[in-house]
Amino acid sequence: MVLMLRNQELLSKIATSNGHGEDSPYFDGWKAYDSDPFHPTQNPEGVIQMGLAENQLCFNLIHEWLLKNPEASICTAQGAAEFRDIAIFQDYHGLAEFREAVAKFMGKVRRNRASFDPDRIVMSGGATGAHEMIAFCLADPGDAFLVPTPYYPGFDRDLRWRTGVKLIPVVCESSNDYQITIEALEAAYETAQEADIKVKGLLIPNPSNPLGTIITKDTLEALVTFTNHKNIHLVCDEIYAATVFSQPEFTSIAEIIEEDKICCNRDLIHIIYSLSKDMGFPGFRVGIVYSYNDAVVSCARKMSSFGLVSSQTQYLIASMLADDEFVDQFIVESRKRLAMRHSFFTQRLAQVGINCLKSNAGLFVWMDLRRLLKEQTFEAEMVLWRVIINEIKLNVSPGSSFHCSEPGWFRVCFANMDDKTMEIALSRIKTFMLQHKEAMVPKKKLCWQTSLRLSFSSRYEDIMETPGSFMSPHSPIPQSPLVRART
Amino acid sequence: QMGLAENQLCFNLIHEWLLKNPEASICTAQGAAEFRDIAIFQDYHGLAEFREAVAKFMGKVRRNRASFDPDRIVMSGGATGAHEMIAFCLADPGDAFLVPTPYYPGFDRDLRWRTGVKLIPVVCESSNDYQITIEALEAAYETAQEADIKVKGLLITNPSNPLGTIITKDTLEALVTFANHKNIHLVCDEIYAATVFSQPEFTSIAEIIEEDKICCNRDLIHIIYSLSKDMGFPGFRVGIVYSYNDAVVSCARKMSSFGLVSSQTQYLIASMLADDEFVDKFIVESRKRLAMRHSFFTQRLAQVGINCLKSNAGLFVWMDLRRLLKEQTFEAEMVLWRVIINEIKLNVSPGSPFHCSEPGWFRVCF
Repeated sequence: MVLMLRNQELLSKIATSNGHGEDSPYFDGWKAYDSDPFHPTQNPEGVIQMGLAENQLCFNLIHEWLLKNPEASICTAQGAAEFRDIAIFQDYHGLAEFREAVAKFMGKVRRNRASFDPDRIVMSGGATGAHEMIAFCLADPGDAFLVPTPYYPGFDRDLRWRTGVKLIPVVCESSNDYQITIEALEAAYETAQEADIKVKGLLIPNPSNPLGTIITKDTLEALVTFTNHKNIHLVCDEIYAATVFSQPEFTSIAEIIEEDKICCNRDLIHIIYSLSKDMGFPGFRVGIVYSYNDAVVSCARKMSSFGLVSSQTQYLIASMLADDEFVDQFIVESRKRLAMRHSFFTQRLAQVGINCLKSNAGLFVWMDLRRLLKEQTFEAEMVLWRVIINEIKLNVSPGSSFHCSEPGWFRVCFANMDDKTMEIALSRIKTFMLQHKEAMVPKKKLCWQTSLRLSFSSRYEDIMETPGSFMSPHSPIPQSPLVRART
Repeated sequence: QMGLAENQLCFNLIHEWLLKNPEASICTAQGAAEFRDIAIFQDYHGLAEFREAVAKFMGKVRRNRASFDPDRIVMSGGATGAHEMIAFCLADPGDAFLVPTPYYPGFDRDLRWRTGVKLIPVVCESSNDYQITIEALEAAYETAQEADIKVKGLLITNPSNPLGTIITKDTLEALVTFANHKNIHLVCDEIYAATVFSQPEFTSIAEIIEEDKICCNRDLIHIIYSLSKDMGFPGFRVGIVYSYNDAVVSCARKMSSFGLVSSQTQYLIASMLADDEFVDKFIVESRKRLAMRHSFFTQRLAQVGINCLKSNAGLFVWMDLRRLLKEQTFEAEMVLWRVIINEIKLNVSPGSPFHCSEPGWFRVCF
């Protein structure tokens, strides 16, 4: 207690708040994994990590390329002559060849249906840094962004912690496969108005984390129209763009802009990108802010000083992504392997009676375990989650940590392990399902329960003032802090 | 270009080391097996071997008169990110840090822009070789009080940019006492620690802490470090926040997500700085070359009648051109500066952006 008080005197409010969001169950699962991690030989009974959205399927291709291209590194005999110039290069514009290669890659990932201007590419400290940076550029403390639920828990920290910006959920539901409706948008916007909160933008991850689905072109156009009408920004997080592995094809906001078919103020359009998911390089911290607004590019570029990409890494990426043959092969092969892994995983789950939301992108599935809940509450979801971690020994992510409005959904990652580990994970799931057949709520009863509208307390101000607190599994009443649902 | 504080004197040593140590890179035939594990490594604790190597390096740079705990090493986006991060951890918008003048212009952005924190100058003057006096500190502190501004800390750059001088041990102890007395933080930017090339020797705040001779609340002590100046690697964005305060380490570590060091770079640095023989040689050779360059430069300047502040560190000299000013004003300083750029064709840095209280001084990098 004394220590807390002393810290409160000595440290900043930001430091003593829990705006870092680590009290969320999203991170609890990681802790369980960290203390008992699975290893095929050293710890075969350990927890298998299925809570980390990593793309590990194509590293053999990378490895091959590295050995063939020693000049891409400033540390090899072939590349060391460049070491000095690269080591001293700290210009916040970034290496021209890096920006060009990234711009080209972004175009290829979108099947060249859009092209990107290298001069609009601004670096940031991973997508984490990119999100924070765009919030700093577009919003003041107290302003808000609308975000469709369910959404990546990291947004709570990245967009809010040090910026003072708020997030207002746009509730999406399984009943229509989580499509973003104008009604939900308008409801969220109105909630802000009523609370006297200024909405500065709408943030849409597309493809979606955690759903693995893409936004249809029609919906995308509707979102552009909505934001234009309200004169708010549209921030499109497209970091999973290259993980779209099957139909329907992905439509990037960049295509909408280039098509120029609908009315759109380009100064409101911004893209967040990264190589963490598409290439599988989260460690390299390659975050990108791409804005069609010149003033935002200019400001973001200055801010990028706080999180530039290491010049050593810029140099490597510039070389790798400039190799057209390699990139084309990588994109195709990555899609193929993701498709196979997804198909294999979902089919085996279906065999034991587990359904997932139909998806065609991402490194995870959105698993429907509502039938396994003792009751359709978030408390029951937490109970089930602990069973999954402690008994089945899989780290998965409960839907509540993604601000999902309905309990019983879990995000499960499938691209961060080899085939053998996947097989073990599936057999553990199968064993569990066979053991708990009787425990499952019959479908008929489930339908009746989900037709009930959960009533939400509009303790809106409390929730927004204490970031992360409602996510704690220790909350006495795990009510969803969402807008009262409008029919 | 004489306005950019870069250290380019020892790259041949680095080059030699790279060719002898291909396994330090994840892109060589010898190192590529590590590529995947490193490429997916995004843990904000950073690679253990990176933290250990940096901690060891920091100790060696301080002639092992202090040792550093790898678990207190937190990454940041260069020193730029480190300064912003420490401000976010220690101060609220509207709070202030005291900073001795003249100081690095980047502080105005790094510590204030997105944080809303203020900087209050502690005026130091050439008359006493810019030593930080208690009177100046108290004056600055009082200015804050009168303006109803809460002072959260004192930021000292040691060795100093732009002066190239070091803070004496006595002064350092006095600063610790001052900060303790006022219960404010002491943030020590030691990014030029390895650029001390001659006597008197450098005393790090870490030595004061370890000596434990004077009364000091360790929760108030923090060090900012980087490899940009000491190693000459500004492009690699290796910023470090080292705090003796556990809560700050914990908070800073979470914030480091916004500016982690690329795992590819962590891996290289871990290997390079673990090589004791190389590091010992590098530190000695770097000092030697800096000393030679400094000596050569200042002697030649003296021959044409230009004096510099007596200095023994840094990558620059603090040049006294007051005699060349038409009048002792900052406008005259700007006029002179334009002459230096447009006629002499040298980019140097005028004293006013460094918040120097007296016109006529210029920072010149060598």
